[in-house]
Amino acid sequence: MSESEMAMLGHGGMLVEGSPYSIPSRKLTMWLFIISDAVTFGAILFAYGYLRVATPDWQTPFKSASIINVATMTFVLITSSLTMLGAVDASKDGDKPKALRFLGSTMVLALIFAGLHIREWFGLFDQGIKLSSGLFGQAFFSITGLHLLHVLIGVVALAVVARKYSSGSLTPGHVETTGLYWHFVDLVWMFVLPLVYLTNIAR
Amino acid sequence: MCASGKSGNVVAKYLPVYFVLLAIAGIEFFLAYQNFSKAGLVRILFALAIGSATLGLMYFMHLVHEKRSLFLSLIPATIFVLLMLNMIWSDSIRLLHMRPFAH
Repeated sequence: MSESEMAMLGHGGMLVEGSPYSIPSRKLTMWLFIISDAVTFGAILFAYGYLRVATPDWQTPFKSASIINVATMTFVLITSSLTMLGAVDASKDGDKPKALRFLGSTMVLALIFAGLHIREWFGLFDQGIKLSSGLFGQAFFSITGLHLLHVLIGVVALAVVARKYSSGSLTPGHVETTGLYWHFVDLVWMFVLPLVYLTNIAR
Repeated sequence: MCASGKSGNVVAKYLPVYFVLLAIAGIEFFLAYQNFSKAGLVRILFALAIGSATLGLMYFMHLVHEKRSLFLSLIPATIFVLLMLNMIWSDSIRLLHMRPFAH
């Protein structure tokens, strides 16, 4: 058994120090990162909620076209979580080609999401809403920008993991850990969607 | 390791959760167009978001299948970061009553 395989299993044996509680250290570290990142988003969304409630003339710029765009983004992102699950399970089963196909699908869906996101931004630019145009613009672009940054980092991470997993230098455990990050990005969107978009529909 | 043939069903076994998440998102879009008060709408949408996130955590992130020791190790970390976050609540509520952005 190679060192990387032993590390993947979380049992260090003679070569790698065993992780506490028999949980692979990689997975535990990702969970701790997710908790800290969740608090970052929690704080930003709380600040947004405060601004939203405390500002009587809050802008509600999202018309039907925007909402359809956002619905498509939501569908694409939830579907990308499903393909990521496929990649994780296929890699655990040792089906490398299938795992790579699922990873590729996840990246494509992530890029579609990012494209739709940027299209949404340009729609707001056309309405005169920018980062510098007031509280709504600052809150909206900060929250969605941070989420989009996470999506783009996820795409890069998926690409690197797929390439190295393909060459054999990374293990199914790495695919699983990257999957945790990707599902977290999906989870954050489940809060961004209702709080930032659906409470600001133009009537 | 070779392919076990199980991976053909990997997506199928998560399909129910996937469809439930899509359904919750659909309900959120539907409710957003109903005539709720602002606070009422936020409460309902937030509750649905927590439901979606719980499903995602449990099934997509496999928390329901993880060892109990992972849960136990994450609880103190979560409490710690929530306590740290708690430090901003009091300021936020004070500012809310001041309503500095109200006209």
